[in-house]
Amino acid sequence: MARIRLDHIRHAYTPELARAGNYALREIDHAFEDGGAYALLGPSGCGKTTLLNIISGLLTPSEGHIRFGERDVTMLAPEQRNIAQVFQFPVIYDTMTVAQNLAFPLRNRRVPEPEIERRVREMLGRIGLETKADRKARGLTADEKQKISLGRGLVRSDVNAILFDEPLTVIDPHMKWVLRSLLKELHREFRMTMVYVTHDQTEALTFAEKVVVMYDGEVVQIGTPEELFERPRHTFVGYFIGSPGMNVMDCRVEDGAALIGGERIPTRNARAPSGAGKLELGIRPEFVRLVARGTPGSLPVSVDKVEDIGSERIVRARLGGEKLAALVPEGEGLPADAAVTFDAAAVNLYADSWLIEERA
Amino acid sequence: MEKTWNNKAWFMVLPVLVLVGFSAVIPLMTVVNYSVQDTFGNNDFFWAGTEWFTEILHSQRFHDALIRNLAFSAIILAIEIPLGILVALAMPKKGIWVPVCLVLMALPLLIPWNVVGTIWQVFGRTDIGLLGHTMAALGLDYNYVQDPVDAWVTVIVMDVWHWTSLVVLLCYAGLVSIPDAFYQAAKIDGASRWAVFRYIQLPKMGRVLLIAVLLRFMDSFMIYTEPFVVTGGGPGNSTTFLSIDLVKVAVGQFDVGPAAAMSLVYFLIILLMSWIFYTVMTNAGTDRRDEGAGH
Repeated sequence: MARIRLDHIRHAYTPELARAGNYALREIDHAFEDGGAYALLGPSGCGKTTLLNIISGLLTPSEGHIRFGERDVTMLAPEQRNIAQVFQFPVIYDTMTVAQNLAFPLRNRRVPEPEIERRVREMLGRIGLETKADRKARGLTADEKQKISLGRGLVRSDVNAILFDEPLTVIDPHMKWVLRSLLKELHREFRMTMVYVTHDQTEALTFAEKVVVMYDGEVVQIGTPEELFERPRHTFVGYFIGSPGMNVMDCRVEDGAALIGGERIPTRNARAPSGAGKLELGIRPEFVRLVARGTPGSLPVSVDKVEDIGSERIVRARLGGEKLAALVPEGEGLPADAAVTFDAAAVNLYADSWLIEERA
Repeated sequence: MEKTWNNKAWFMVLPVLVLVGFSAVIPLMTVVNYSVQDTFGNNDFFWAGTEWFTEILHSQRFHDALIRNLAFSAIILAIEIPLGILVALAMPKKGIWVPVCLVLMALPLLIPWNVVGTIWQVFGRTDIGLLGHTMAALGLDYNYVQDPVDAWVTVIVMDVWHWTSLVVLLCYAGLVSIPDAFYQAAKIDGASRWAVFRYIQLPKMGRVLLIAVLLRFMDSFMIYTEPFVVTGGGPGNSTTFLSIDLVKVAVGQFDVGPAAAMSLVYFLIILLMSWIFYTVMTNAGTDRRDEGAGH
């Protein structure tokens, strides 16, 4: 077990792409602490699988170094890094039984047979497949197969980390929940570093202690689920996390307040950095309050439609020319002539998509 | 949903029945018809019962041809299947060489049987053939026209040259369909090259290998044109396979009765052997779930 340090990693799939400046990973400088549960969250093609494969050694980064603890493993092959990886589609060895599948990584490493026997028994119990130990693995269901993949990783008790590459994609919804609970349980028990790649925010937020949000080959924010929700460092994070995502509107900044279509909105961090390009205001729908027009400090909006999602309603409205969503609790009346007020503490200002930090 | 019962729907399958009737059933029944009758010409036929079948099954000539055929099929399967797998494993999986390799592999398959025969017939001649002449120049005693062993070697090498590509292409199709994740998982599990082959590649190729074995068995068991062109069944009867013998009986001697009986026995042997191959190979790797579910 070790801390995984990514030291200024950059990766392009071919030298030509690198020369053209077209990097799949632009620059990652980050450490995964020993024993942490991390999620790499981002849309398809943002580089999260590339990053995962660089950690496991299936890819060698074009630039930068990876260290496990003090050891530089950049040039080491996957089997030398002592790492486990669970893939999107369950990988099992068809002709072997469940028990043989679990024993495979141990046999390859010439672990003594009694030790293999003991660990395989134990792991069968942990993943709940004791009764199927002698069945051929090919006849099992997708979630059982995925449990085997997971077990093959965990059976080597000394792995540095377990990497998950969207492991629940092919699993039925109700089994997803069961498997995720199993993962959390195993993490608590073994305390090994787990890195979990997903594009599903629910999966990421429920699994991980820290979520690494990636966008277009870059890490845009690393934080706890609360931090990602309250202070998205990049408009992409605001938009990607939360349902519906954060409202992002073009604005101007004058005398400590943001202006949208001539209306003044008090904010926490209203100051335009010198030379800033595009200024945007972000506010989560949870912090937009719908009030009657004429309420002091409110901004008039026109309501386009209301979506009832059961526990609450999503009001789609327009403020000036900008689209805006607001969450209204079930049972609360909707004013005929609507206006909105913003919770000033929840308003974030962005310059060129990046959060303008508060003055110290 | 309410289903409509209308027996007129059977007319819809009539074209298929007619087609199958004319293309398969009627020709086959003609053979069956000949096999149980005798004739002395003039289109006069007499009932012969199982006479021809008894004669064929006890004929030494038929036994010899059958054994030669079985030996031939066994040898070419033993060479072409492993060789095909090896070549498929060695072929590139991506890049510009893939189409080049595929076209090269497909080339022998595009050559008509009798042309293949002619190529090797000339190729092996000691006077003008490149192979035969080179062998002679090297002091090797090679002559497929006179030496039965040389004749067999020539026919086998020719078949391997002609048909290994088919096995290669089928295996290659099986190999490229394996997702990368399997190889990556094997790497992470620390599997050796042999283990990757034994536990990933071979099981994933199982289905296509079954097809390859069946196709090559059936085809080699029915081989006619190439050995006929190269050796004409000789020297002596050493390369006279069942089909060559059959043609000699049917067309050469015009014994349609025995020839028809022989055809049917021949057909049933191929059917039986194919069924055995299929059953054995499909059961080989499957889960014995009935027993497994017991405990």
